[in-house]
Amino acid sequence: MNTVIAINQLTRCFKETAAVDQLSLEVHAGEIFGFLGHNGAGKTTTVRLLNGVIEPTSGSMRVLDLDPKMDGPNLRARTGVLTETPSMDERLTAWDNLDIYADLYGVPRADVSKRINELLDEFDLADRAKERVAGYSKGMKQRLALARALLHKPELLFLDEATSGLDPIAAHHVNDLIERMARRENRTVFLCTHNLVEAQKLCDRVAVLEHGRLVALGTPAELTRQYVRRLDVQIEINEEQIEGTLQILRSLPRLVISEPVRTNGALTVTLSGHEAIPDLLEILVHKSVRVYRIAAQEANLEQVYFALHGEEESVQ
Amino acid sequence: MNARAISAIVRKDLKVVSQNKGVMLPIILLPLILFVILPWIVTLMPFLGDIFGITADDLNKFQGLINRMGPGVQQELAEFDQYQVFVIYFLVFVMAPLFMILPIMVSSVIAADSFAGEKERKTMEALLYTPTTDRELFVAKLLSGWLAALAVALVGFALYVIMANAAGWSQIGRIFFPNTMWLVLIAWVVPALPGLGLGVMVLVSSRAQGFQDANQIGGVVVLPVVFLAIGQVSGAMSLSVTLLFLLGLIIWLLDGLLIWLGSRSFQRGRMLGA
Repeated sequence: MNTVIAINQLTRCFKETAAVDQLSLEVHAGEIFGFLGHNGAGKTTTVRLLNGVIEPTSGSMRVLDLDPKMDGPNLRARTGVLTETPSMDERLTAWDNLDIYADLYGVPRADVSKRINELLDEFDLADRAKERVAGYSKGMKQRLALARALLHKPELLFLDEATSGLDPIAAHHVNDLIERMARRENRTVFLCTHNLVEAQKLCDRVAVLEHGRLVALGTPAELTRQYVRRLDVQIEINEEQIEGTLQILRSLPRLVISEPVRTNGALTVTLSGHEAIPDLLEILVHKSVRVYRIAAQEANLEQVYFALHGEEESVQ
Repeated sequence: MNARAISAIVRKDLKVVSQNKGVMLPIILLPLILFVILPWIVTLMPFLGDIFGITADDLNKFQGLINRMGPGVQQELAEFDQYQVFVIYFLVFVMAPLFMILPIMVSSVIAADSFAGEKERKTMEALLYTPTTDRELFVAKLLSGWLAALAVALVGFALYVIMANAAGWSQIGRIFFPNTMWLVLIAWVVPALPGLGLGVMVLVSSRAQGFQDANQIGGVVVLPVVFLAIGQVSGAMSLSVTLLFLLGLIIWLLDGLLIWLGSRSFQRGRMLGA
């Protein structure tokens, strides 16, 4: 598996505060890598470091086999960045914005018009290409910023809060585009977000950052198994055995952490985690309970996130 | 150096500035007042003495001022009568330091928009993620201010050549402008002047919060030229070809110093406030 980003003990301090603190991780080619964290966790600083826009205080990094500190211009020719705010020149038209950045990214002059037209069509902006960006909606500006980041067909795309402030339809559209770029065009996407639902849906692996430090890294499934301590499970058994099974469940406080509930001929219980499932199943089989079906309600990144932050309440 | 990238940034900055009324208004108004309206007022002043409160005694005192000027100025004015001297002195000698304000003002306003304004509008960050080097960015930002200031100054000068000669025609009766001193001013001093505005603004912009902030702090760069104009009007000093050559040399050296300091402080991270 090709490593696109390799970070080792990366630290960046602003005065006394470490915005990124001894961060180590790897991102592989073709994956959508989620970089999660609250506002101020160090996500944007990491993107700036990885593109050679700012220099690290200590540690090392390689991006596309280049050192961002030494090879910044060569590296940035191969990466695309969507910043948290669209950063468009609002006094210029969409076409002018893209035309200028095509020159900055070194898109061959003969291909510029064709490439701009392709992107404007792709992002549904062709009809208003000659209008000043100031008159665009936030969603349109975000799509235009994404088009700008893709002008030079980058191998690695950094998206910093790509759907922040967008309405659900616009956010869905942007997420579709991200997925398509990674799955069909085989680009690597480094997605900074605090939208956990989005990360769960899109990302192959995620890293969770807190105050600049990496606190979790893995696939969403790995993280939920590792960090979520509560798991709702529905168990379908022989109806005649329900009362007896309730007694068994109540006698297992290490595995079953809430009062079992009887619903529609099945039992719903909250277990202490994924590892409790095989243990519980083994006990029920040993006690001759006829189990027809056992279904865990999948935990999600939101639960992981709050587990990591020691909070029980949900975001929504 | 990537010439295509530099030219793209210059194009972008000039297009953005041309859409900004707050920047364009002073750039248009100052030359209009100084080089179109003022020549006509000056040439009419001696003949509308009642309106302007100018008496024959004032004109005699004015002759006293001319007598204090350097031999070059006196020699140049020797062949003219009292009214003609008044018109030529103002249109040629007093206007020279005032003209110097134009390239400084244009370059500093454009630099304030290009450096601090871009930071304020949050458009700088996208630029910093492009493959341009810090040096290319810096050169491009300087060039856009320099080129715009020179273009405005040259257009202003061309306009002034026409207006000064047209306004003075009734008194002088021939083309009297520009003289050698002005040619030195335009060819040697004026191209150096935008560097002052740009250099100061680069240093100010890394600390300024936005366009207005930078513009106000950077505006002080015009003050030495204003003092020069006051000196010329009061007779405390007299501009000449030699003095302008020396002045130009000092400004070019100052440009070099300011731009060297600016280039040291111009780093991607700092432009983000990091």
